[in-house]
Amino acid sequence: MTFEEIQQRLAAKFGERIGALAPANKDPFLVVPAADVVEICRFAKEDEALAFDCLMNLSSVDWPKKNQIEVVYHLWSYRRRHSFVLKVQLDRAKPEVPSVESIWKSADWLEREQYDLMGVTFTGHPDLRRIMMPDDWVGNPLRKDYAEQPQWHNITTTRDNSLEGYVRLDELTKKAAEAAAAAKKELPQ
Amino acid sequence: MQGFIDNLIRGWGYDPASWPWTQFVYVAFMGLFSFIVINFAAISGGIFSWAERRIAARMQSRVGPNRVGPAGFLQWIADAVKLLFKEDLIPAEADNVLFRAAPYFMMVGFACVFVALPFSHRLIVADMNIGIFYILAVTALIVVGIIMSGWSSNSKWSLFGAIRSAAQIISYEIPAGMALMIPVLLAGTMSTQGIIRAQGPWPWQWFIFDNPAATAGFFIFFISALAEGNRTPFDLPEAESELVSGYNTEYSGMRFSYFFLVEWGNLWVMSALAVTMFMGGWQVPFLPAERLDALTGWVAFFAEVASVMIFALKTLFFVFVVMWLRWTLPRIRVDQMMNMCWKYLVPASFVGVLFVAGWMLVVRSAPAVGIAMHFLLAGAAAVAVVLFVQRVANNLRDTGDKFDFTSNW
Amino acid sequence: MSKPLEVPTMDMENKEVLRRIEIGGDMLLNMGPQHPSTHGVINFLVQTDGEVMKRAIPEVGYLHRSIEKIGERCTYNGFMPYTDRVDYIAAMFANQGWAMAVERLLGLQVPRRAEFCRVIACELNRISSHLISVGTMAMDIGAVTPFPYALREREFINDLLEELCGARLTYNYLRIGGVAFDLPSGYEDKVSTFLDHFEKILDEFNRLITYNEIFIKRLAHLAPIPAQMAIDYCLVGPNLRASGMSFDVRKALPYSVYPDFEFDVPVGKGEVGTPGDAWDRFWCRVEEMRQSCRILRQALAQLPKDTAIMGKVPRKIKIPEGTEAYSRIESARGDMQYYVVAGPGENAHRVKIRTGSFTAMGIIDALSRGLMIADLVALIASLDVVAPEIDR
Repeated sequence: MTFEEIQQRLAAKFGERIGALAPANKDPFLVVPAADVVEICRFAKEDEALAFDCLMNLSSVDWPKKNQIEVVYHLWSYRRRHSFVLKVQLDRAKPEVPSVESIWKSADWLEREQYDLMGVTFTGHPDLRRIMMPDDWVGNPLRKDYAEQPQWHNITTTRDNSLEGYVRLDELTKKAAEAAAAAKKELPQ
Repeated sequence: MQGFIDNLIRGWGYDPASWPWTQFVYVAFMGLFSFIVINFAAISGGIFSWAERRIAARMQSRVGPNRVGPAGFLQWIADAVKLLFKEDLIPAEADNVLFRAAPYFMMVGFACVFVALPFSHRLIVADMNIGIFYILAVTALIVVGIIMSGWSSNSKWSLFGAIRSAAQIISYEIPAGMALMIPVLLAGTMSTQGIIRAQGPWPWQWFIFDNPAATAGFFIFFISALAEGNRTPFDLPEAESELVSGYNTEYSGMRFSYFFLVEWGNLWVMSALAVTMFMGGWQVPFLPAERLDALTGWVAFFAEVASVMIFALKTLFFVFVVMWLRWTLPRIRVDQMMNMCWKYLVPASFVGVLFVAGWMLVVRSAPAVGIAMHFLLAGAAAVAVVLFVQRVANNLRDTGDKFDFTSNW
Repeated sequence: MSKPLEVPTMDMENKEVLRRIEIGGDMLLNMGPQHPSTHGVINFLVQTDGEVMKRAIPEVGYLHRSIEKIGERCTYNGFMPYTDRVDYIAAMFANQGWAMAVERLLGLQVPRRAEFCRVIACELNRISSHLISVGTMAMDIGAVTPFPYALREREFINDLLEELCGARLTYNYLRIGGVAFDLPSGYEDKVSTFLDHFEKILDEFNRLITYNEIFIKRLAHLAPIPAQMAIDYCLVGPNLRASGMSFDVRKALPYSVYPDFEFDVPVGKGEVGTPGDAWDRFWCRVEEMRQSCRILRQALAQLPKDTAIMGKVPRKIKIPEGTEAYSRIESARGDMQYYVVAGPGENAHRVKIRTGSFTAMGIIDALSRGLMIADLVALIASLDVVAPEIDR
């Protein structure tokens, strides 16, 4: 089934809540409301014609200018051999979306990764905790306004730029050479 | 040994029966011979470590150590020196006394076996009439050493390795012991020299070809000996890919080297026992044991050397087979290993002993059957060897390889 | 934003997880992060009573190098070496995924000879990646010898790839729009000679380890994954095919010049155990090496004679903000997918790399109940997990 046919089938079932397919800016996608995402995904998996038995990928994109965080679901069907893209647009101040872990088990780790790196909360996830960063890390690294914490357990997270170090070393050497030349001039002849 | 010392005392002009210092001389000489034999054990352990590394490398298309000395022969000395110089490290939470004592238990258990190994018809430190029984008893000290080292290291991984190893060694002592009872039955004595003398120098006179149960007994003993020595396919206690070295993880320096000395020295012990019990030991072809004893002068000396060489060559062949198995076979899992011991090897060894007992009765009434069985089994073994060589040649031809002994050493 | 966290001290490291494991007399073991056989820097929290495990929880993130964040800072061309490091054992595929995604963003056509060069490089890389996988798996089971044999063959491939692009591990060979260098003269003969030699070695390898009785006893019936469970957890690549699902991106969603080649897709049938067990996953990889040899021979035979190896790529790649593209390739470890959203300047706004090893880790917790520790090692090895792919 093509993207348009899939969108039509979803619209037939969910009506008003499904918008139109976004125009293909290389790849088309469908935006769905966050509250309905579990219902839509469950239908997408269980419907015979759609049969999306695999959640291939779950990513999140940070759009600070639009004040949104998008969560992107890439679905794939092994039985029907077609794919689809769902997007959920969340408020950047409080990004929350229901978890689809009850539908596809692969969402377990994929959602944990986005919780860790982007700070999206997936309500209903059985084990939502950090996966890449240490458990006591503060902040979400993939956000556009992320500022690294200066240290973690007394290990500093920054390092001097080595070029600046070399410049400083050059200045010191130059000063030492000038001092030596000046001292030589003052020696009694 | 005692006769040799008695002759020496008479040569000094004293009568061993009445001389007050006889016992001290016995003890002193016993100490000297034991010292020689323990050195042999330790040095052979070191040399086998070099041999194993070169053989393993050859099997794996590599070269192995080749820098230190000719063909890397001094590598084990370099390693020993390095380990001597290392810092004496004991984990803070480890049990001090047990941690220090554990390697010595293993060394004692291992070294005591050499006292009863017959190197030639006169070269044996103590020809006890409970020879094989003594050997089985003394090798159990190794288990004590392993458990002590695993427990006292205060590390979960070491404990894992120690418990696995203890279970393995204790379980496999049973089939090993029962399989060793087969040559004892056939020879009628537990003395190692006696068992060798009951065999003959030619392959068809060895106990391994006496009857099918004895052949099975040999394989049961060989497998159990592999398990006792923690060699692959039974090297679970040292499974590097799982336990980061098992019970000797926390050891470093000379203490660490004791464990490996025992492991490599055990190769000699396993093989020497197999050769002694089943393969005729030091018996020289064309020279039955009585004629060997009766020789004097230079001929006796050369015959002695010949019998030591024969024993050594047979033992070294089995050492090579043990190394070969290590680098070919994967590792068995703990429960599969226990299964194999208790469900297959123990019943098989018991049945084997009963069969041999029955067979001896049959042979006593019809000796021709016994001789026919000897030749039959020896012939079957020769055929098997020929087929094996053919199979290897076929494999080499299929891969497009050449059999090349001369290069890459 | 979030409520201030009380920053725990080092002693409280395990308390988070201890809360989730009801210990009650069992041992809590840390397998890793430094361990001879966890295929990289991964930690496993194992709750066990000595030999049988109750749970094995993987902990990843020790190798997290924020490659996706770096993708938002680099130019499209400049990001290519970073993709090598996503999976350094099968680096050509990571290169290709990125190149294909950006080419789709630009609407670029890659010349035919460049596509053939890509296929040759990628299939050689597939063979070398599978060699490492089967070699280390044999070594984890205890048979040390197959590992140097596999590495010996891999050295030939390393030499071939070094001649092609100058590097032995992280190749940086593909470019947006083509490849960096053309095949050197005499290269086709060298690859053919290698293939003639290698196919016989595969048979020797099978005789040595694949059908070895002890090896089969260790791996048959170990953690069989039914096809439905594999799909639900989104396992890909040889892991999925071993469970009986015949899906290969090269055949199902053909890309590059793969439609021109004839090859089979090995599917696990439970030859010595249950379909989908660890031995099937091992066998699938061995057979895939054979199929890669077939593809290579056909690619060498059909190599076009023209010389263009780069398409018409603009000097500075600028793509309108918000354009997004998705690429899927069959990497050595399965279906590797790149999701790229273009940013306002010369770099991407978001790069998401979805790798096969990441989802394979998710299934380990579910499979490990009731296994023994030796089995856990075999399970991890059979899933062919590499840490850099998980953590990126």
